[in-house]
Amino acid sequence: MNPGSLASLASVLDLDGVVERLAAQPGSIALHESLYAYTLIETAHVLGVTLFVGTIAMVDLRLLGLAFTRAPVSAMTARILPWTLAGFVLMIITGALLFYAIPVRSFHSLWFRAKLLLMTVAAINIFVFHVRVERDRARWDRSVTPPMGARISAAISLAAWAGVIVTGRMIAYNWFDCDKPQSSFVHVLTGCPAGPAER
Amino acid sequence: MSLYHQFEALEATPIGDGIKTSVWLFPAIEAVHLLALAVLGGAILMLDLRLLGLGLTSHPASSVEREARPWLIGALVVMVITGGLLGLSEALKLYDKPAFWVKMVALAFALAFTFAVKAPLAHRGPGWAARPLAAVSLALWLTVAIAGRWIGFS
Repeated sequence: MNPGSLASLASVLDLDGVVERLAAQPGSIALHESLYAYTLIETAHVLGVTLFVGTIAMVDLRLLGLAFTRAPVSAMTARILPWTLAGFVLMIITGALLFYAIPVRSFHSLWFRAKLLLMTVAAINIFVFHVRVERDRARWDRSVTPPMGARISAAISLAAWAGVIVTGRMIAYNWFDCDKPQSSFVHVLTGCPAGPAER
Repeated sequence: MSLYHQFEALEATPIGDGIKTSVWLFPAIEAVHLLALAVLGGAILMLDLRLLGLGLTSHPASSVEREARPWLIGALVVMVITGGLLGLSEALKLYDKPAFWVKMVALAFALAFTFAVKAPLAHRGPGWAARPLAAVSLALWLTVAIAGRWIGFS
């Protein structure tokens, strides 16, 4: 899909209007202006990310044959992934609240958009792992080094979630904000309206 | 030289000053600090969950400790180096922040507890102490993480 058709899709969905209306809601304004709520939610978000990525990284390292090689892969997925899921729930709820507090700026953030893209890559990777890579797991469940397909899945997962952490942290920096001078390339990626948008 | 002046001197070092004046160095180092946090969190959780009777219960705590240790130590080394670099660039700001001192004291306790108490007991067979060990470990490391995040807010 080229940027032009992406832009027209965005205009059909009127996402700009959606985030504008979100920003006008009392809940969004209250979070944005809160003294402690926002910082507490952000701290919980970091802890959720640590639980989520930390546990998924341990499973990925097992798939790469780099850690917990005495444990069957099935033991790792059965005993550790529930904690990954718990981290995911905490991360998504707090992340949604952080977005809700600053909807317009987040929506146009280059880093936020890159982060969503990387999360999509990670989600597709998880899907492929479950429907294809994991299918013959019984054969390599106890192998110290699982087959290439499983190792590639693990490497993609580690890289994608690392990218999510890095781009997520960068959202805090305003280098590419709509009120900053933007190259035309960055302008296409951020989809900034003509006027400044800081909410 | 007082502690304050030592912090002042740290911030004036070429490394501290270079990171402070660069637009992207601080964020880049901070990102690596966070990546190591995820690995550290995962490595700590593997043993603490096991001690709580959760996680990899099919394996003895000693085996989980041994397998997690290289990742725990590796992540700690990266966190201390990147954290030290971040600290150099804003040493004077840190000097005045209670959150920083809370983090450093909690970190000292967490490190001592992890390597001098929790790991040896995990190998000896912790028995009834398993759950308390995990609870103290999680409390100490959570304090380090939360105080660390609070440095950026306070």
